Amino acid sequence: MHKYFPHTEHDLREMLSFLGIKDIKDLFVDIPEHVRFHGDYDIPTGMTEMQLRHHFQELAKLNRTLTVFSGFGAYDHYEPSVINHLVSRQEFLTSYTPYQPEVAQGTLQYIFEYQSMITALTGLDVSNASMYDGPTAAAEAMFMAEGMTKRKRFLVSTTIFPHVKEVLRTYAHYKGVEIDYIPMKDGHTDIEELKSMLSKEHSAIFVQKTNLFGIIEDHSTLGALAHSMGALLIVYADISTLSILRTPGEDDADIAIGDCQSLGIPLSFGGPYLGYMAVKKAHVRKMPGRICGLSYDKFGKRSFVLTLQAREQHIRREKANSNICSNQSLMALYVTIYLSLMGPHGIRKVNELSYQGAHYLYDQLLKTGKFEVAFDQPFLKEFTIKSLIPSHLIQEALQNNGFFGAYPLEQVNEEFEHLYNFAVTEKRTVEEIDRLVSVLGGLSW
Amino acid sequence: MVNYTKLIFEQSVQGRMGYSLPEAVFPCYSIKQLSSSILRHSSLDLPEVSELDVLRHFTNISNKNHGVETGFYPLGSCTMKYNPKMNEEIASYPAFNQLHPLQSPLQVQGVLKVYDELSRILSEISGLAAYSLNPFAGSQGELTGLMIMKAYHESRGDFKRTKVLVPDSAHGTNPASVAVCGMQVIEIKSTDKGTVDLEDLKNHLSDEIAGMMLTNPNTIGIFEKDICEISKVVHETGGLMYYDGANLNALLGMARPGDMGFDIMHINLHKTFSTPHGGGGPGSGPVGVVEKLVSFLPNPRVKHQDGMYYVEHSKDALGQVSGFFGNFKVWLRAYVYILSLGKEHIKEVGPLATLNANYIKDSIKDDYYLPIEGFCMHECVFDGLIDQSTGVKTLDVAKRLLDFGFHAPTIYFPLLFHQSIMIEPTEVESKQTLDEFIQAMKLVAHEARTNPDVVKNAPHTTPISRIDEVYAAKKMILTYKDYLAECALQK
Repeated sequence: MHKYFPHTEHDLREMLSFLGIKDIKDLFVDIPEHVRFHGDYDIPTGMTEMQLRHHFQELAKLNRTLTVFSGFGAYDHYEPSVINHLVSRQEFLTSYTPYQPEVAQGTLQYIFEYQSMITALTGLDVSNASMYDGPTAAAEAMFMAEGMTKRKRFLVSTTIFPHVKEVLRTYAHYKGVEIDYIPMKDGHTDIEELKSMLSKEHSAIFVQKTNLFGIIEDHSTLGALAHSMGALLIVYADISTLSILRTPGEDDADIAIGDCQSLGIPLSFGGPYLGYMAVKKAHVRKMPGRICGLSYDKFGKRSFVLTLQAREQHIRREKANSNICSNQSLMALYVTIYLSLMGPHGIRKVNELSYQGAHYLYDQLLKTGKFEVAFDQPFLKEFTIKSLIPSHLIQEALQNNGFFGAYPLEQVNEEFEHLYNFAVTEKRTVEEIDRLVSVLGGLSW
Repeated sequence: MVNYTKLIFEQSVQGRMGYSLPEAVFPCYSIKQLSSSILRHSSLDLPEVSELDVLRHFTNISNKNHGVETGFYPLGSCTMKYNPKMNEEIASYPAFNQLHPLQSPLQVQGVLKVYDELSRILSEISGLAAYSLNPFAGSQGELTGLMIMKAYHESRGDFKRTKVLVPDSAHGTNPASVAVCGMQVIEIKSTDKGTVDLEDLKNHLSDEIAGMMLTNPNTIGIFEKDICEISKVVHETGGLMYYDGANLNALLGMARPGDMGFDIMHINLHKTFSTPHGGGGPGSGPVGVVEKLVSFLPNPRVKHQDGMYYVEHSKDALGQVSGFFGNFKVWLRAYVYILSLGKEHIKEVGPLATLNANYIKDSIKDDYYLPIEGFCMHECVFDGLIDQSTGVKTLDVAKRLLDFGFHAPTIYFPLLFHQSIMIEPTEVESKQTLDEFIQAMKLVAHEARTNPDVVKNAPHTTPISRIDEVYAAKKMILTYKDYLAECALQK
């Protein structure tokens, strides 16, 4: 017996006798004898709750929790206490995709609210119910552009995050989409090069703001440029920063995608996070993923339901443009609660505080004389800076002092030798920043 | 408050706040220093509400949901088993929450150890050589598996294998994944027993076949007893066998896909290994392979040597399907679940789940039409009420069950039958719960004969009644802003 299984000996006897069999294994007559598994799996023996607690407390000690001063797609923002209490409610946590709307209005309503908030932040018209993470949302956007334009080439800036680039490359390879890369100039997508490269074979232009160096790219001319060639504009953006920065909507983008991790989702070693996708209303029928719509029940009560399902894989099968079935629903609830708590002022304040801390750190690092300007470009909470200090000395010093920071860009591209990524969020205090500067400023080689 | 109907936006009052943030300490820096041309100028319509407003709102809407702890959730093919609290407790440890995915492997040895050990356990349970835990969900696991299939053939210089065999009973995701992977689907017919038609399969074999996708037990809840012959003929023609792990729960303790000739598979950890479905995610869809395909598994990978774990990015890999290491806190929960059951109890899962399904099947087959006789595996499929004269459809039965406090089974899937009702009880349900459900099913059948309107108009006791889906699709009110515009139009 185990506490997760309720069957007593008596129950088993009754059920077997009802079925007219002697042994539970008689139910498996269809499995050929020579492929049946006998005996025990070679896996650990079961643990009690006390043993489990002990085991994982010991295992947790093999990890080091550090003060985070880098981002590169994952940011250490403040998590309001309320969120975990609400997302742990079993009504949200243990339910499935809302196939029976009469007993899933809780899920459907927060998806509707989530969609409303994502469209508010991106400045676009419609949002789906969420996607796995930023990079896979980017891949879905690439296929959506291919499906809409019937064009097999895709134009991508080299200033996007390497992990986004790698996921795009992988998905494109297997689907038979060819990617052309736009070079960079001073850390920014080279707009002149882009103009000369863009052709009527391209389904879309794909750019990122803020980009892999933390630079706030100016995409204000790209919408018109893309549309003049019958292509789409796709902007990958950290959604939190859109409370401050010019939105994909203002840039006349067709599709905005990116990660929502920056909306207070814990770092959690990379997951679960949440990808978002928002598009212009004209494109809604080509958008992948689930969509929730408002309607009324037969007594006129306002209610919510999954809608436009004819786009999806369970109906269109091999004709579907995406194979995605679910979303990251619980994480969508997470960010809906986060944005409800923060409101328009809180989310802006998070970014303002991060901006201030990041610029203070940047100036202090330059003052040490051991760091120099890599790009003279605007940034928000994340920046790239140059240093000739050997990388291993920096990493060693930071780790010894309990910091994760100065992520070396050469780890993703050897051309980026001597470049380091720093990110500062509202969680970082003056004392932490000053201590980081003093550790790095004290290095000699 | 069953009648709670507000949206969070409708409670907004200018000036209210629900956050707690420090005051600025570096006032000499300001976003206003950025050029206006790169800043947002449009308004930002988010609600302004207090902390208690938020708590009450989400608590009230949560009360309109049916969860596994609310009551029986026999949703076929979804394996809605209990999601143990112990998994939640351990996944909430700060030591797991605060780790950045780009931290040096030396500082995250605990996490990498979980990755490595869970991969090994899944390999053992499925009879395969190695796993990647990176895919985020079952559908992405399928896509990753198909990429492996394609990469394998291409690595041998064989570029003509672009067709994948998929039974007509397969879930829609299978053919969709094939298309997204840039390959073509060849549909294989089912026999009248609901299993793969071996002759039809043989007729489609050629040197253009990359492989075959199969769910076993299949979507009708029946074990493909010709599986060894199927694997053999597909292998002989040079194809690979893909196992869709959607129904793996039935096989725990009874059989391993690797032993049946499968080369690649995914597991839905949110089904078989008890992680919460979360209203539709986050899930986790690890992909496992046989020895000859290990080198194609996606990056990043976790390896170990001399007791130390490290992260590898291999050039031979199929590429990368996730930003980092997939849904870490989901696969962590699955690991806790496996350690809770251990080798002694994991093997009881398949038999108990199968016993429960057969008990339900035999108990209601006098009222519901059972299209395929014999033992089922972990789920059973009916084709509507036996008595069709009442006009009561499967949809009506499903809605009426909601009134009795049960979640409805999966309906209108599999597509092989017109009135499908697919019931999956899982191993966690007691005989008492099953008996109550059986009684409700029989009562609905009785009502269909004696008072069909009560069934056709069901549900009667839920927070809302049947919803106008046509209105939703026609009006496309997908945001609060759309809603305000529609209200203005009506005035």
